[in-house]
Amino acid sequence: MIPNGNRNEGDVVVIGGGVVGGAIALGLARSGARVIVLDEGDVAFRASRGNFALVWVQSKGFGMPEYALWSRRSADDWHGLAAILREEAGFDVAHSQPGGFMLCLSENELNKRVEMMRRLHNSQPLTDFSYEVLDHAETKRRLPAIGKDVVGSLYSPLDGHVNSLKLFRALREATIRRGVDYRPEHPVESIVPREGGFAISGPWGEVRAGRVVLCAGLGNARLAPMVGLDAPVKPSKGQIIVTEKTEPFLHNPMVTVRQTDEGGVMIGDSQEDRGFDTIVGQPILSTMAERAVKMFPRLAGLNVVRTWSALRVMSPDGFPIYDQSETHPGAFVVTCHSGVTLAANHALTLAPAILAGELPDAVATFTARRFHVPAHA
Amino acid sequence: MFRPMRETANAAALNFTFDGRALKGRAGDTVAAALLANGITSCRETPVSGAPRAPYCLMGICFDCLVVIDGVGNRQGCLVPLTDGMAIETQHGRRHVEEVEA
Repeated sequence: MIPNGNRNEGDVVVIGGGVVGGAIALGLARSGARVIVLDEGDVAFRASRGNFALVWVQSKGFGMPEYALWSRRSADDWHGLAAILREEAGFDVAHSQPGGFMLCLSENELNKRVEMMRRLHNSQPLTDFSYEVLDHAETKRRLPAIGKDVVGSLYSPLDGHVNSLKLFRALREATIRRGVDYRPEHPVESIVPREGGFAISGPWGEVRAGRVVLCAGLGNARLAPMVGLDAPVKPSKGQIIVTEKTEPFLHNPMVTVRQTDEGGVMIGDSQEDRGFDTIVGQPILSTMAERAVKMFPRLAGLNVVRTWSALRVMSPDGFPIYDQSETHPGAFVVTCHSGVTLAANHALTLAPAILAGELPDAVATFTARRFHVPAHA
Repeated sequence: MFRPMRETANAAALNFTFDGRALKGRAGDTVAAALLANGITSCRETPVSGAPRAPYCLMGICFDCLVVIDGVGNRQGCLVPLTDGMAIETQHGRRHVEEVEA
């Protein structure tokens, strides 16, 4: 065992201090581990500061039903995570699960969505996922602020949202209160397996731990091969518009429009909403804004306060990668593009499993080995 | 706390009101500059905590100079030139929904 007392030795080193690394570190610390978080700092790409803050289930898992189950499990457990954060960070992260809508602006869009959901939910494990297809009148009854161009919608009671900046801050605060040693401006250059553990180093020096968890987002692609792991992730740009704060008018999140707990309206080009020709090849921000105004005409009167883009962390098939190294047991990779939705799973399910030394069956599908299946298999 | 630079001394005087008080500014001032020159130290209350705020960055970034100008809420005082007869008011919290109906 690693002796206590040396500040450069821990039970587990988490590389990456965003929402994914923060959730893993919190879960590890709650399980009793001594944890060091090495964070590149605010120069990092930081999807954690640029995301859309949905806790989203509807439409996830097309092509991999296990991902729908995993997302739903996290959405269910998010209530517990929010309570833990309220207790351990000392403030509320504005999580709610009021149900989410996917608004459609043409019959063609609606038909495509309905067909996709029908195929998704025909697959065996997902038949009990409830969702509704609503026409304009019923959508209008539930969301009075919609415009005449909304032809219908899909609704799922499983969807919710959170204030993701508060989540990011709460994870930092809660982990520090739990005794996690958070080290900003600590980019990692190398990980070397040594004496049954790992030596992790950068320009700042070296730390050692029995376990290492790669939560470095896009940086995982570079780090994973150092410990026999594979994380072929690439950036996928997402853009977001936020308006001035206004009176609450939108309780439920849409997949591309949501009003925050503080009153600002966010408009995004969600990954879940890809596949519409109107989004591709057009000036994206103006297309996003135009669609959002058709959905909620009152948005036309609001000032835009900021726009930004951030980089999603995308694996080749868009699903998470969770693995323990076969050649260097004790090294794990945790990477996904929905770090907010999956935060509850990461903190409450994955972190204790990492500490126990074995990933749970529920994530067996998410191994990177799926990218290396021979074509004839 | 603030006073106009000497070279602006010849600028034309403009009349405006802030929360109903009659004040004077100078042509070429922004709304935010005119408020600061008149010793106004709070022009809005934040929507979240209600804390008082005053113009800060003066270049369109910080949104702390939000005011109601001639009935339109949440305008950035630092980006709007002062004009004669303007009615400027404190922005209390969020802009109201009825002001933003398209």
